[in-house]
Amino acid sequence: MIEGFTALYIFMLSAFTGYEVISRVPVILHTPLMSGSNFVHGIVLVGAMIALGHAEGTLELAIGFFAVALGAGNAVGGYVATVRMLEMFKSSKGDK
Amino acid sequence: MVSLAVDITYFVTAFIFIYGLKQMSSPVTARGGIVIAGIAMVAATLITFGVPQIHLALDINMILMLAAIAAGSAVAYISAKRVAMTDMPQMIAMYNGMGGGAAAAIAAVELVKLSSSGESHGLVVQVLAVLGAVIGAVSFSGSGVAFAKLQGLMKKTMRLPFHQFINLGLFAAVCVTGFWIATGHPVSFDHVILFFILAIVLGVMVTLPIGGADMPVVISLFNALTGLAVAFEGFVLNNAAMIIAGTVVGSSGTLLTQLMAKAMNRSLANVLFSSFGSDGGAAVEEDIEGSMKEIQAQDAAIMMAYASNVIIIPGYGMAVAQAQHKLKELEDILESRGVNVKYAIHPVAGRMPGHMNVLLAEAGVEYDKIYDLEDINPQFPQADVALVIGANDVVNPVARSNPDSPIYGMPILDADKAQNTIVIKRGQGAGFSGIENHLFYADNTRMLYGDGQKAVGELISGVKQL
Repeated sequence: MIEGFTALYIFMLSAFTGYEVISRVPVILHTPLMSGSNFVHGIVLVGAMIALGHAEGTLELAIGFFAVALGAGNAVGGYVATVRMLEMFKSSKGDK
Repeated sequence: MVSLAVDITYFVTAFIFIYGLKQMSSPVTARGGIVIAGIAMVAATLITFGVPQIHLALDINMILMLAAIAAGSAVAYISAKRVAMTDMPQMIAMYNGMGGGAAAAIAAVELVKLSSSGESHGLVVQVLAVLGAVIGAVSFSGSGVAFAKLQGLMKKTMRLPFHQFINLGLFAAVCVTGFWIATGHPVSFDHVILFFILAIVLGVMVTLPIGGADMPVVISLFNALTGLAVAFEGFVLNNAAMIIAGTVVGSSGTLLTQLMAKAMNRSLANVLFSSFGSDGGAAVEEDIEGSMKEIQAQDAAIMMAYASNVIIIPGYGMAVAQAQHKLKELEDILESRGVNVKYAIHPVAGRMPGHMNVLLAEAGVEYDKIYDLEDINPQFPQADVALVIGANDVVNPVARSNPDSPIYGMPILDADKAQNTIVIKRGQGAGFSGIENHLFYADNTRMLYGDGQKAVGELISGVKQL
């Protein structure tokens, strides 16, 4: 269980971590990076699965289905798009 | 035992996500970073079948869950595989909107559950659920509008009379209904419905008037907001992986948004609350001196072939015309004649910072020939030829000279300071922001009309003939 202030500490430390991790990224990687961080919040899929898992009644099930489909789209689309972009950077490095 | 495995997997996932993002700080390790993050995502998804809220039986919930995962994954996989590199920004917007929608939908399930059971989760949890819901819903519909705009499905900017007042009213209404829900005991079902409708409309209304060059900033902002929404729903569901991953994206996305806004010399408030390029454009048009002077590809080729320094300024139009491979060919042939060729990339060239670098990397252009704005601007006076291809607003000297212009103050590439400037352009129209470009009328500027790829092809054959 994550309670009160523990959650707040997690939130604060994560916020600083995100800021620090990004601040060293060169401009050339900004677009793949945005795509990569877009993929990372695809973890919302996990939450959507939990929501659908304990959904009851037609409306909750319908919204839950919607949530899981969107979450899966976020994760898969974010991953494939990021990998495609980064692959090109790799090959151009290899040419040199 | 199972719950311990779940906790451990989530913990490792959170660690790997941060590590993966860190790996992305270098082109060499970036690909490894995203791959390992992908593995962690798969592990986290699989272990989630073991959480107590999910019954491992083939009931209606499980069937729907598997169907939803299959459907969402398939659509996203196919679209992401097929999309052209030039269209990547709007796809990022779309996947991001999906994430925001998922976060809002999680909140919707939880709030509907509260309204039907009449229970309460306590003020803090309900406030967080509502915050995540409104942020997720705004990101969802706003990203949808951003996607439609970049994809060319709708008009660039749209503005109702008293638009900002309407938005303010909507925002207030969202706050009020959100407050009712957060403090509701029990939560009213009608309030939940009203709240989500208002939040989705707000996302559309906020994004509608934003146009032109500001779009990447908005997409980046929505990316950060989705992260935050995911983190809030993580608190509601008591899921540490969601809290950490969401917060990391929220803060890093905020920094990225600030960097982009700074590169364009605009504050975030300015981007959101004043519409770019929809007004003001007409006022600057009038006082242009000179005329556009056309040049033939053959003459342009001669100019470049006998130059010693050439700076190429590619813009989004170059990418649309798929001219990057031809451009690389032109670079090679010029270099074989001893011409020193460099590329100048504006921070917002393409549709996002770094987008142009991706496109040039695709064509095999080496990194050390690509220069940032600060590094290349002092070199323009020594350049014999600046070749502008498909770029417009980022080379418009009005940004330096005319305080009335909407782009005044935006850092630009000083193409007008080169000895000669050749502009490859499809027609005589204005740029993405709709502002007339004074560079095109300058004495030392020559216009080479035509499709980017074809025009560069003609330049190549022109140089070859010499």
